[in-house]
Order: sequence, then C-alpha cells, then structure tokens
Amino acid sequence: MKTVAEFEIHYRRILDPRGKAVAPLPQFANDTGEVLRMYRAMTLVRTFDAKAVNLQRTGQLGTYPSCLGHEAAHVGVGAAMRPEDVLAPVYREYGTQLWRGVTMAEILLYWGGDERGSDFAVPRQDFAWCVPIATQTLHAAGAAMAFKVRKEPRCALAYIGDGGTSEGAFYEALNLAGARALPVVFVIVNNGWAISVPVSSQTAAQTLAQKAVAAGVRGVQVDGNDVFAVREVVGEALDAARRGAGPCLVEALTYRLSDHTTADDASRYRSGQEVMDAWALEPMIRIREFLVNAGHWDAAKESALLDECAQAVEAAVSEYLGTAKESSDAMFEHLFAELPAHLREQREIARKYGSRPSGH
Amino acid sequence: MVEAIAMAHGWEMQHDADVVVIGQDVGVNGGVFRATAGLQERFGKDRVQDTPLAEAMIAGMSVGMATHGLKPVAEIQFMGFLYPALDQIVNHMSRMRNRTRGRLSCPVVIRTPHGGGIHAPEHHSESTETLLCHIPGIRVVCPSSPARAYGLLLASIRDPDPVMFLEPVRLYRAMRQEVSDDGRALPLDACFILREGRDVTIVTWGAMTIETLGAVAELDQRGISAEVIDLATLSPIDIETILDSVSRTGRLVIVHEAARNVGVGAEIAALVAEHGLYDLQAPIQRVAGFDTVMPLFRLEHDYIPSVQRIVDAVQLTFAD
Repeated sequence: MKTVAEFEIHYRRILDPRGKAVAPLPQFANDTGEVLRMYRAMTLVRTFDAKAVNLQRTGQLGTYPSCLGHEAAHVGVGAAMRPEDVLAPVYREYGTQLWRGVTMAEILLYWGGDERGSDFAVPRQDFAWCVPIATQTLHAAGAAMAFKVRKEPRCALAYIGDGGTSEGAFYEALNLAGARALPVVFVIVNNGWAISVPVSSQTAAQTLAQKAVAAGVRGVQVDGNDVFAVREVVGEALDAARRGAGPCLVEALTYRLSDHTTADDASRYRSGQEVMDAWALEPMIRIREFLVNAGHWDAAKESALLDECAQAVEAAVSEYLGTAKESSDAMFEHLFAELPAHLREQREIARKYGSRPSGH
Repeated sequence: MVEAIAMAHGWEMQHDADVVVIGQDVGVNGGVFRATAGLQERFGKDRVQDTPLAEAMIAGMSVGMATHGLKPVAEIQFMGFLYPALDQIVNHMSRMRNRTRGRLSCPVVIRTPHGGGIHAPEHHSESTETLLCHIPGIRVVCPSSPARAYGLLLASIRDPDPVMFLEPVRLYRAMRQEVSDDGRALPLDACFILREGRDVTIVTWGAMTIETLGAVAELDQRGISAEVIDLATLSPIDIETILDSVSRTGRLVIVHEAARNVGVGAEIAALVAEHGLYDLQAPIQRVAGFDTVMPLFRLEHDYIPSVQRIVDAVQLTFAD
C-alpha cells in the first residue's frame, strides 16, 4: 500500500506565557509604538468587557457574550487586517471590531437591543454580529468571491468558534474557498468550550486546523494568547490570500475565561481549577511583561492607561444610555428599500399602539 | 418560457456588469432545464459560475457577494433542494438591510423550479411557496408565461432586495410565445388581469393558469364570465387589484397547486374577508393541492387541481 496524502499542522508561538520571545520577533514587534498600540487595544477591550458584563448585571444591557481571555486573538487579527478588508465576526470579537473602527457605543447598542448598533459608521462594509453559528463563514467566502470577480485587492476574514467547526456551513465555506482559491481567511478561536461542550466532545480530530486539509486549504495553529504570533500568522495568511495564493484556516488556541454569555453559569460544567490554570496563561501578562522587560512600561504608565481606558468606556456608556430608542417606524422602514403597501398599513397600527419613545 | 428566462439573464448581464449567475450546472451545461444556456460562453466563468454542490453555500455566498457589490442570480436546481438554503434566506438574506439599518443589503435573486406535472422524480415536484411567503424582507415571484418570466425576472434582478423567483416547470416548455428582448421589466408587487369577466374572480398563479383558463372556457359555455387574476408576486400580495375585481364580480375562487393548509390562498381569502366581505355574494372557495405529500408522478395529476375541480368550485359560488 502506498501513502497518497499526508499532512502536518504547524504551531506558532513567539512570546511564552511570561513574555519571553521563543522565536524571532516579527518586524512590527520591533516598533514600540505599534506594540503599545496593541497593548492599549487589549487593555481597552478588557476594560470595556468588564463594564459591559456589569451593565448587564445591573439591568442596563441585554444578554452579553464576554470576550474575556480572547484579547490577543482578537487584537492580533485586527492588527493584521487592512482597513479595506472585510470582517465577518461571530459575536464576541470586540477587540477586532474596535481596532477596525466600530465604537463601544455601537457594541452596547446592539446588545442593548437596538439595530443601530450594527449600522457601523466605520467600517461600513464589515458584517455585523452573526448569531446563527458558522453561517458567517459563507458570507466571508461570498465577499471574497465578489473581490475576486471585481478584481479588488481585498480579503475577507471570518471568525468561527470551536463549536462552529461542527456545522455544515463551515465545511461548505472552506470547500468553496479552496475550490475557487478565494481571498479569505478563516480564524477559529478555539477557546475550549462551546457553551458547555468541550472540544473533545465536539470532534475526534487532533486539531481543528486540520479540518482545512480535506478542503485542500492550508491549516495552521497558533497560540491564541500570543498577540504577536496571531498577528504574524494571520498577516501571512492575508498576504497570501491577497496575492492570489488562496485561503487559509488559522486555529487560535485560547481559553474562554468568562461564562459563555451573561445568561450562562460555566461553573456547572467546568472545574475552578481548569479556569485558574487558564488564568496563568492569559494574554495580557505576556505582552505586558514583554514591554516591561524592554523598558517601555511601568506601574505608572499602566495606571494611566487604565484610567484612560476607563474614561473612554464611561464616555461610550453615557452615549449608549443617552441614546433614545427608535420609533416603531424603524421596524418597517429598513425591511425593503421601498416600503410595500401592506407594511404602510401595519406601520400605522404600530404607531397607534406602540410604546412611547424613551431611553432605558 | 425557459428561453425567455435565459434571454432575461443575457440582457441584464449585458447591461449590468455586477450581475453574476451562480448555481449547480448553470455554466458549461447551461442549467438542467437550460435556463442559463449560452451564458457562460458569452460572459465567462467569473460571471457564470458552476458552484460546488451545496445549497446553503449558494445562498450564503450570495449574501456575501450581494453585500459587496455584486448582484447574484442563483439557481437552486429544484425547489425540493432549497431547504438547506432557508437558514441563510431567513436568518441573513431577508434581514440584512433591516438589521444593519440599511448599511448592507442583499440584491439577490434565487431562482428555482416550482411545482409538478412533468413526471419528475421524488422531491422534484413540490410547490412550497408558502414557506417563503412567511419570511419578512423578501419577495416571492412566480411567472405564468414566457413574457411574464422575462419581464418579472428583469424586475427581480433590478430590485434592490432579495427575490425568490419560482419557475413553474410545467411552463418551461409548455407554451411558445414571441418575447421581444427589449429589456423591459414588468412591475413587481402587482397582479395581472389575464382575462376580464363579470361574474366571478379567479385568482391563481404559475402553472395553474393552464387549468384555470381551461375552466374559464368551460364556464363561458355555461354563461359564467370569469375574471382571471395572475397573482405573479406572491409576497407581498397586491390585494387592491383583487379587492377591486371582487367588488365588481362579487365572487372569489382561489386556485393554487400548493397544499391548502396555510397556503397563499388562505391569506388572500383572509384579506378579502377583512376588506371586502360585503362585496361577496357567496363564500370564498379555494381549489388547492391536498394537504398530503406530493405523490410520485403516477398520481401527480390526481394531486394537481383539475379543470373540473375549478369549474365545480366556481359553480358552488352560484349555488343557492
């Protein structure tokens, strides 16, 4: 018998959990300003996330999926993308979205039950949050197809969770991307848990990255708590896609330090010890240590940054809480480009019986 | 009708570089029904793409293409294979404009064959338009002739919102009609009066226009003058045209091939009851497919409403 196909999956890490470089530093990591920018973005999204959970707990926000622990994966991806690229997120990749120009007030509006949160002022062409699992991967592939047909040098990037890789849409998107060499990158944020189901129950595959292999797509694994490694790997994948070398599947290994959403209680299905162990590997430590060791960071700067982030978050919360709800007309006016007759009649009924415009 | 559909594609692709045709076998093969024949030769493989075989993928990639500058016209090979795509249609295509407050939109047409009557295998003969009509944010269109297929398909491709375009398979080759390739679209959201009449209004669409017009000929001989309305856009319904007709005839019969239960006929009957009850001189009648599984083809003509069923239903509205 002869072997007709073989594969291997490579794993990339640049900073170890204590911030020590274990591989050559990429170009951007030698630019202190850029590293500080990434660290600030990670700190901001962590500050924002804690505030959002708090808003939900105090009845000022709807159900909210936290991104705690995903800061390196999300910011690394954001920093690797170009503004003209298109992001198809799942629903907790705020670190990427903030980097790309989505505002904290928009994020809060969406989870606060207002569609205007998805009407990003910037970036106009990114997809909004995608709650039906894995369906967004096809949107990214379709956008990439549009770029290819229209000969635009842009890429699409879709996120997906570890649980999402069990969905048919994920395989269909990978297959299409491979078959047509589309300029698209899929990033699996493997945080170990699909609500209560661990990856080990999700699949017998040794890695999720290898799911690319059957589609003829390159698959690579990266330490998702290492913002340098994520940015480098995703940057390489985007560069390749942009020059016509086809798609890539990146599996970023991280851990969901929070509950699935504010409606979940993860203590029901995973041990405190496991979460404690994960905290030791969390992504803020190593980049901060990297900056401290390089002499670019200290306690005073940290304190000033935390203050600055807290102020920015508070300003966004004020904007969100100060945004009056839309009138019931909004339900009708955006359904079609032009309102059909039967909806005009229903709009009148809603006007007559709808609740009064108010804040929260 | 199938040539008219190919012709409409050709016109619009010629005049709008963003129109792209995708689907299974739509390229080299020109579609299993030949509805996209010759397009790949004319417009190339980028604009007429044979996709991998996955319906949810076709709908999902259409969402991505449409939100990023293209106007995909996607073929789902048979309506029985549409259902994997419903996730994308319901959860994304139909609500993209609304959920982004107009920032992104989906100018997509999904074409699919509709109905039975051509001795096709299992899952190739269903008419399940009611599933689609229930979805807010999309249009559902069903032509009844080559000329209407041409004009309505052009209108559907030009429409800035998603349109499900259902093509009655019985009409693909049933009827020859000169259609001038002039790029003229027909209006969406509007019924067409196929025949004027005094005594009864019959509303139908798609291939059931065949049996309905057959029944009308018989009714003529019995001295009953029927007005026939081709619904054409099944959602949203142009109820004004129907109400106007009923106000003149005083009687309404609705004919459709799809199962009766929660069918489009039920919606029309309800709207006429709400807005035109006092114009009615008799109870509304529905002639529809049975609430059974569409049978394999030996029994398909027992399922599809016959001329006689329609004639009898009309006569019921004249019973004392």
